[in-house]
Amino acid sequence: MSSQEIPEENVPAERATDEHGRAVAVADETNPFADPGLPPHEHRVQDIDERAAKRSERMVAMLFTLSMLATVAFIASYVAIPNDKSIFVFPIGHINALNFALGLTLGVALFSIGAGAVHWARTLMSDMEIADERHPIEAEPEVKAKVLADFKQGAKESALGRRKLIRNTMFGALALFPLSGVMLLRDLGPLPGTKLRHTLWSKGKLLVNVNTNEPLRPADVAVGSLTFAMPEGLEEHDEDFQKEIAKSALMIVRLQPDNIKDKQELEWSYNGIVAYSKICTHVGCPISLYEQQTHHALCPCHQSTFDLSDGARVIFGPAGHPLPQLRIGVNDEGYLEALGDFEVPVGPAFWERG
Amino acid sequence: MSTTTTSDSRSREKAPAGERVADWADGRLGIYSLAKANMRKIFPDHWSFMLGEVCLYSFIIIILTGVYLTLFFHPSMNEVQYNGSYVPLQGQLMSEAFNSTMHISFDVRGGLLIRQIHHWAALVFLAGMFVHMMRVFFTGAFRKPREVNWVFGFLLFVLGMFTGFTGYSLPDDLLSGTGVRFMEGAILSVPIVGTYLSFFLFGGEFPGGDFVARFYSVHILLLPGIMLGLVVGHLILVFYHKHTQFAGPGKTNNNVVGMPLLPVYMAKAGGFFFLVFGVVAAISAVAQINPIWAIGPYRPDQVSTGAQPDWYMGFSEGLIRVMPGWEVNLWGHTLVLGVFIPLVIFPLVLVAIAVYPFLESWVTGDKREHHILDRPRNVPTRTAFGAAWISWYFVLLVGGGNDIWATHFHLSINSITWFVRIAFFIVPVLVFIATKRICLGLQRRDRDKVLHGRESGIIKRLPHGEFIEVHEPLSQDGLHTLTAHEQYMPAEIGPMVDENGVERKVPGTQRLRAKFSKGFYGEGNQIPKPTVEEYKEITSGHGHH
Repeated sequence: MSSQEIPEENVPAERATDEHGRAVAVADETNPFADPGLPPHEHRVQDIDERAAKRSERMVAMLFTLSMLATVAFIASYVAIPNDKSIFVFPIGHINALNFALGLTLGVALFSIGAGAVHWARTLMSDMEIADERHPIEAEPEVKAKVLADFKQGAKESALGRRKLIRNTMFGALALFPLSGVMLLRDLGPLPGTKLRHTLWSKGKLLVNVNTNEPLRPADVAVGSLTFAMPEGLEEHDEDFQKEIAKSALMIVRLQPDNIKDKQELEWSYNGIVAYSKICTHVGCPISLYEQQTHHALCPCHQSTFDLSDGARVIFGPAGHPLPQLRIGVNDEGYLEALGDFEVPVGPAFWERG
Repeated sequence: MSTTTTSDSRSREKAPAGERVADWADGRLGIYSLAKANMRKIFPDHWSFMLGEVCLYSFIIIILTGVYLTLFFHPSMNEVQYNGSYVPLQGQLMSEAFNSTMHISFDVRGGLLIRQIHHWAALVFLAGMFVHMMRVFFTGAFRKPREVNWVFGFLLFVLGMFTGFTGYSLPDDLLSGTGVRFMEGAILSVPIVGTYLSFFLFGGEFPGGDFVARFYSVHILLLPGIMLGLVVGHLILVFYHKHTQFAGPGKTNNNVVGMPLLPVYMAKAGGFFFLVFGVVAAISAVAQINPIWAIGPYRPDQVSTGAQPDWYMGFSEGLIRVMPGWEVNLWGHTLVLGVFIPLVIFPLVLVAIAVYPFLESWVTGDKREHHILDRPRNVPTRTAFGAAWISWYFVLLVGGGNDIWATHFHLSINSITWFVRIAFFIVPVLVFIATKRICLGLQRRDRDKVLHGRESGIIKRLPHGEFIEVHEPLSQDGLHTLTAHEQYMPAEIGPMVDENGVERKVPGTQRLRAKFSKGFYGEGNQIPKPTVEEYKEITSGHGHH
């Protein structure tokens, strides 16, 4: 950026200084605003009164002693207080006794050292203010000239500018070798493929209540209740349980069939029982709040609100599209079953979702 | 020859042990030259200069306690059954990460304390950096020659945020897992490469079995390693530049007035480390933080209400919560603007404050070194910008906690969200205008104080019945302090036509600069400080009143 176009006169003049770089203190008739220089040192009571100084000394020593005692208390607490004991501390309530004792004794031990040192510095060490000179950070012109000349010399001796072949191949080699490092990152994970499009749900899979681990019958789902379900066969001990439940978690509610406004929702329901993905389409939190009067489901993380009676349409919040619905029916034995996988990917939107 | 050696060694024997050790070190490390420059280095005193110390000390506390925690923590997502001493969770399946964090909290004596100190110190570290950065901003301490150190500090703040995030995600509890899921959702929104990034980060589909181990190496090695380097660089530059100071009697741009490192600041700053550590330990004794046993292990299909990140991530939470859910579906692809736009604004919020110093130095065109701090009121536009930025940040924090605000103040979550959406644009502007006016008002007050003296509160009745308040003239120190600041003139482009009537070409950047300059230093944007002539005219004339 060149500032040649605009004169630099908007920069105020340097303040007047003497040959040592100190401000010229001319506090006189001509300039009442001039720097009067450092004010005279004012003595503290400890500087004049040896008894006050003694008091300070005793104070500092007391603080350091307190720290020693606190450390002893820390060790004693560590040994004496059982780990599971709880005590009542007003106004916090019941808390772990060992944590309380260790924290307080450690706190006192450390704080006393600090308080002692600061009190010592403030009352007994010299509080005479001293002025130190500053020197410009920039190098003197001769130094700069020397450095530039050295650099030129070095660059010339390397012949880098003259031997273009060396230069170009060197840059080529230096630019290429980091690619190996990038390559090595490839196996951090598999390629997405269509993994985000499929869940464990398929035709005939029973809907299993997450809490009771029993397959659900229509009679188990009361109007106004909210039930969470997962596909049959998924066990908490499974190696990829977390990954699968992250996609196939279901939220089941029962509505009056007359209250269902969306035609497809009605078709995909069974006697007013509808199954929606529990995973929010915003950034993937599990939706867990349901308002039975309005049929609204609310994600507690970012408050996206979906109308479960109208195709889980987004009615408020940052989610961008409705919750995917799972088509359900009842099998011959009277259990609720899936009639296929979700038609659209569950969870947050992504580039390939379309 | 030999005699010299003997006399030499004899004199060495005489020297006290400490000196001999120092001699040994000096011969190898050159410590005497180092100590000559630094042992009696002068540090100016002001309460706000300790904010940076709070950051440094909490960083050290975090490293000390963090090393202790690594002795017990298992960064693994293998599922295990809990058999520890916390009864309510016995028999539950959980990751080894969660299990070992439970072990630290309940079965390692003092483990809970160290965990809580680690977490509290992290919150203090980030809060300290935020306030320290604002101190540097509002006093103009970022000006030449300290711009690079400003950038170092800014990077420390940003890296601190991510170190904090990766750290509180490690226990693999329900709350932090929800935060990680949120991050995954945000990554998925990146156009074209989002799914690939997510699969590479998590080793496949979310949550997978890798992220705790990966976050662990980032949290304990990569980020703290970079931060340690930056902290050392930051401190070296503080020493090299010497500390800034406020204007006052005897304090100039060419000196630094204060007390020496040895002994005063050795004791004060060294003692302050213990004060900070002691306070954090005491907080950790009485204030529970991140009780993972009450939250439970992570499961992607479960969540608790009132989920909140640590405070320093709150503004990004606000961005994601209040953004409308825009989604564009075209040609078989989805552009998730509702998530991607917040993801882009998130760094921009931080960059806005980071680049300001460079904007200001471009506008002023000032190439001189500045070691005297500004009082915020004397640079109204900068102060107004900083206040506006803080208000912006806090509006987003409100957005991030909209559910907490709703439940605590019985407000509608929808109205809070709409308030934040509008306030995001309006509040910074209002705060900018208000702050600038307050600064100008304070400048006028300073001007009056210099010219007419301090209002003493004493009412005097004159012989003819008039009441006046006695104004007490300021001391020379006071006069100097209130008039020591510099005032820039606005940069003028000058006539657009030269003496021959030919239009002069002025690059757009220069016109922009002139416009900014007028906004910073033009009429109405600063109050001219009193001149000696004005002062003399008033004081010599008709007494003080």
